[in-house]
Amino acid sequence: MKKTLLQGIMRRPLTEKAPAPDEAALAELAASVNRAAVQKLGRSLAIRQVDAGSCNGCELEIHALNNAFYDLERFGLHFVASPRHADILLVTGPVTKNMQEALKRTYDATPDPKWVVALGDCACDGGLFAGSYAVAGGVAETVPVDLHIRGCPPDPEKILKGLLALFERQKMPEAS
Amino acid sequence: MTEHDKGAHISTIVSADVWEATCKEIGDGRWNLLALWGDTGLVRMALWDTRENEITLIGLACPEGTFPSVARHHPPALRLERAIKDLFGLVPLDTPDTRPWLDHGRWGVCEPLGQNRPAVAKTPYVFLPAEGESLHKIPVGPVHAGIIEPGHFRFTASGETVVRLEERLGYVHRGIEQLMAGADLPHAAKLAGRVSGDSTVAYQLAFARAAENALGHAAPPRAHWLRALMAEMERIANHLGDIGAICNDASFPLMQAHCGILRERVLRAAGNCFGHRLMRDLIVPGGVTADISAKATDILRRLLDVLQKDLPPLVRLYDNTPSLLERTVGTGILKPKLARQYAAGGYIGRASGRNFDARRMIHYPPYGALNFEVQMRLDGDVNARVWIRILEVKQSIALIRQILDGMPEGNIFAPPPLAGTPREGYALVEGFRGDVFVWLGLDAEGRVRRCHLRDPSWFQWPLLEAAIEGNIVADFPLCNKSFNCSYAGHDL
Repeated sequence: MKKTLLQGIMRRPLTEKAPAPDEAALAELAASVNRAAVQKLGRSLAIRQVDAGSCNGCELEIHALNNAFYDLERFGLHFVASPRHADILLVTGPVTKNMQEALKRTYDATPDPKWVVALGDCACDGGLFAGSYAVAGGVAETVPVDLHIRGCPPDPEKILKGLLALFERQKMPEAS
Repeated sequence: MTEHDKGAHISTIVSADVWEATCKEIGDGRWNLLALWGDTGLVRMALWDTRENEITLIGLACPEGTFPSVARHHPPALRLERAIKDLFGLVPLDTPDTRPWLDHGRWGVCEPLGQNRPAVAKTPYVFLPAEGESLHKIPVGPVHAGIIEPGHFRFTASGETVVRLEERLGYVHRGIEQLMAGADLPHAAKLAGRVSGDSTVAYQLAFARAAENALGHAAPPRAHWLRALMAEMERIANHLGDIGAICNDASFPLMQAHCGILRERVLRAAGNCFGHRLMRDLIVPGGVTADISAKATDILRRLLDVLQKDLPPLVRLYDNTPSLLERTVGTGILKPKLARQYAAGGYIGRASGRNFDARRMIHYPPYGALNFEVQMRLDGDVNARVWIRILEVKQSIALIRQILDGMPEGNIFAPPPLAGTPREGYALVEGFRGDVFVWLGLDAEGRVRRCHLRDPSWFQWPLLEAAIEGNIVADFPLCNKSFNCSYAGHDL
């Protein structure tokens, strides 16, 4: 174990340079997010991930954000175990009818100010599952959404760009 | 060409007597139950002949809307029967458990694939009782503490010790089988790839093979080799993720950090070679949609070199850390008898002495031409399931080398012929988690009339309930991760 730990100190880190925030995400946030709230939260955001009916593909790529290449925590973003500790709900999947109440309750349990990010094509509009008897549709049909990140699944860099836009929003003028 | 490839297989419609006799033989272990599913006015069953190593399909017409319960003789069929009742309204007679399974009373309809009636009043779900002095219950989920899928666990504990665990699933039921009905093959293949995201290659492979089986069609040889390449990449990526995550749940994040790096390298190589990190939507009926270039072959060979260099020190780290082994050895033991009874696939079955791997048992191409051994252990604990994964990663590395060396030249896609008549086909392929079974019926226009996709988790989830018994509550995440059953694949 000693050797493995030492190598971690001696070698150059694998962590890559931060990508620029996604332009589309910035534009969407300009319209939806209250700047005062952003300032209050500063540069440290707690994320609670909620799978509301995903195939688990998006979760795999969210997991990847924690690996040494992306190292999400260096940006002040970290995942928490309870909605009560969260600033952001990161919701995946078409919202299934069997998960709709659980998602609503999770939203209600998250203290204000809070943002909801819909992650993946299914979370945006139901994706291929839209119209099924068992699916309520995209996340916005159930709880208000501030930011959409598309992809099936979006790769970790794209997720990161979207999330970083939440911080950049602080520097932008208030939306009219 | 194997037996499995020879044209469309038609299942045998049997009488109620034969159905009943078969159920008894399944209970006796003569047959393994591979799948049990509903169709319009029909129940169907796929069986594995344990002596002849063959798959047999039978069906039973249900003019009265009922069928003799399989679970009465063979408990592993229980949840499958409950799902058939929920989706089709076909009632298993004399079943030991009449509670709903996938239907939580929230769809607004009943029996969506059967009569599709408006929903009736919702009745509360009753969990099984556990009685005794000073027992307490711990409800967990559907929203869990980690970045994982939703499901509900109801623990009954005596102090720290789990007396009973009961799972309640169905939260991510998306109605995929109904969305499949009427879809053309390309669209249905996309749906198949979204049943369970971690097994997107396995599912699209199983779906493509089932469609090719129905149409009596063979994909070009190079396509088979490319499919196997993707399947082995998927296996390595998932096993690496699991090994790290299991150690993390035993409070040893160092392993997860290093396994996470290797997993990321595999996904990046997949992205660079195939254009998609999870290799989604690349396998279609008739072949594959992306070939690999000489440059991609180099990327893959370099990846294999890195894995071969970096994996052994991690395995030594795992094996030389007593505090970690103290958590994994002897924890969550699954007895071989249960693994056999449930025909548990994947690392769960193979860590408990069930010598079954669809790649070996069915020899679908190109595995007949590749050298590998099925890994097996008898101890059945968390440690055994970690080791099966380690050995399978090593084996998949060797398999990819063989695939890269032996890959034939030629086309990667041959358009499937028109259906012409109604047809049916099936396939069983080995995903990272275990054997994925797909059956489909096509109409004369070649559209999907009905498609059933059976995740290996159907026969693994119930075993987690057995394996956790007598363990402490704090070891549940560890046991659960070592099983890593799919919620989405199971719930459909």
